[in-house]
Amino acid sequence: MSRTPLVETRHLYKIFRSQSGLFRREKKEVRALNGVSLTIYRRETLGVVGESGCGKTTLGRTILRLIPPTSGQILFEGQDIAPLDRRTLRPYRRHMQMVFQNPYTSFDPRFTVLKSIAEPLVAHTDLRGDRLVARARELLQQVGMPGEILYRYPHEFSGGQLQRLAVARALALNPKFIVLDEPTSALDVSVQAQIINLLKQLQADLHLTYLFISHDLSVVQHISDRIAVMYLGQIVELSTADTLFQGGALHPYTKALLSSAPIIDPQLRRERIILPGNPPNPANPPPGCAFHPRCPVAVDVCSKVEPSLLEVESEHWAACHLVGKEVGA
Amino acid sequence: MTEPLLSVEDLYIRFKTYAGTVHAVNGMSFHIHPGEIFGLVGESGCGKSVTGLAVLGMVPYPGEVIAGRILFHGENLLQKNRREMEQIRGGRIAMIFQDPSASLNPVFTVGSQISRIIRHHRRVDRHEARALALAGFEAVGLPDPARIFRAYPHELSGGMQQRVMIAMALASGAELLIADEPTTALDVTIQAQILALLNDLRAAQGVSILLITHDLGVVAETCDRVGVAYAGSIVETGPTAQVLYQMKHPYTRGLLEALPRPSHRGKALQSIPGSVPSGLDLPSGCPFWPRCPEVMDICREQKPLPTRLDEVGHRVACHLYSREGQR
Repeated sequence: MSRTPLVETRHLYKIFRSQSGLFRREKKEVRALNGVSLTIYRRETLGVVGESGCGKTTLGRTILRLIPPTSGQILFEGQDIAPLDRRTLRPYRRHMQMVFQNPYTSFDPRFTVLKSIAEPLVAHTDLRGDRLVARARELLQQVGMPGEILYRYPHEFSGGQLQRLAVARALALNPKFIVLDEPTSALDVSVQAQIINLLKQLQADLHLTYLFISHDLSVVQHISDRIAVMYLGQIVELSTADTLFQGGALHPYTKALLSSAPIIDPQLRRERIILPGNPPNPANPPPGCAFHPRCPVAVDVCSKVEPSLLEVESEHWAACHLVGKEVGA
Repeated sequence: MTEPLLSVEDLYIRFKTYAGTVHAVNGMSFHIHPGEIFGLVGESGCGKSVTGLAVLGMVPYPGEVIAGRILFHGENLLQKNRREMEQIRGGRIAMIFQDPSASLNPVFTVGSQISRIIRHHRRVDRHEARALALAGFEAVGLPDPARIFRAYPHELSGGMQQRVMIAMALASGAELLIADEPTTALDVTIQAQILALLNDLRAAQGVSILLITHDLGVVAETCDRVGVAYAGSIVETGPTAQVLYQMKHPYTRGLLEALPRPSHRGKALQSIPGSVPSGLDLPSGCPFWPRCPEVMDICREQKPLPTRLDEVGHRVACHLYSREGQR
């Protein structure tokens, strides 16, 4: 398979600044993205996993320029879109879409299905009238919804049905890249399976590239080709889904995360690594490796020097002082 | 066999609303033995949470229990009066919820809240209550109990708040803990901590736990026995291993096949067609028949009764296994 990058980020930073206290004298900085560099290849699904506050949602939104990055580059088909303004960014928007976690808040309750789905078409194309309706029907068909629901309202649908409609809206402009931010987290398992199957089918049919953000390891494992594991605004490990889920994880955080996920198959159950404590506050990160206060194998250097993300094996990146040593030995 | 600590028998709960009568629980039956972790698992709207609330007499308005019995130590809780229930609730039976921050009052310190509950249920003075609370914090693995006692809820993380809730439940001497999605709002590494804690407490203090969850993985790793609920009744129950690895009910099988897991990688997931029925308009007969791949004529007419399959208590409510269905 020839692999060409579709989206790349280079040293992407997003720092949220807030002021609080008397006369707003206390200034706080939250480094939601702390130097993220990654490549998303055409037609692949890159999964992003991590716990709350690790910056995975911020990553998705920053790549789409829904929020501006503090610094760094976002390359879309080789073009840096980070410095573009509203007007110059507009031609790129149609190629990049998003599906959100909560389908109930993704739709304007006063809009009919047609109005919601047609909105991107009205904004970016000159389709109008019958041709607009025809395109909307076609989109509904693609996501397995009957065409006659065009004039119904969001409250008439279940969560799973709304998520299908959200996918239809994301597909309206024939995008190349879709960020899926926890698209199945609000759904029951039987419905979740329907949406996952739909997303995989659409990817194959329409040659889509996905960034799939989730905290649910089993879902990410199922849908992703490669997986990036985030902790406190940084990627700590990146490899193929097969490597990570077949015992090839190298970073101690990834190992602990994978072992924490409840597993149904008894033969696949592993020794559980229970991490002490909580993920640190991103406003006040520990020095050195951000993971060292919870790390079961931390050594002296971990609290002083920040490890960088290195390619330790082919296609396998990890940011850990100990991983390099193991490989070198 | 020992006497069950709790047994829910043929429970029916309905909600009268403007839109019509919602039949939330329809003949729910299960039991929990002393020292056992029983998982009540199902998708949204299957009646699992409202069943947990019913045990404590907390079904919210306009819901009402219309039939059934809830026996705790052999006594029917549904016949207790308000004062008797106030002694049981938070005392011998305690409950923790999905969102611990919503269960703690933000304007009081954690210590004052737990002390108040302890003193409601036990005849102790302020100092003894404090000692019990600190011991409780210690037992649930909270670091620096004295600091936690003085803290306000917002100063604690979600995992720590959930530990405080568990400590409150235990400090007043609960024999049964009802845990409604106790880890759903928590990150996986914190979820692992809390599940390990529940397991330890069961072993150390002999607490029985009714674990209400939608997550079959959580059930597989923590529960001794499990009941799978659908549309307000149990469709399959038994020891966890039997139900999860030798499942008989088409719904249980559907749920397990819909879960993404390593053995399914690269294949399309099996999904259950359609969606969960609304309690407003339940199908006649077996509530699962409109989605069932093995539906027969009888399923549309008659609701199947639980059939016992083996000696270890694996039961399934499905006409594929019932006497009526065999005819």
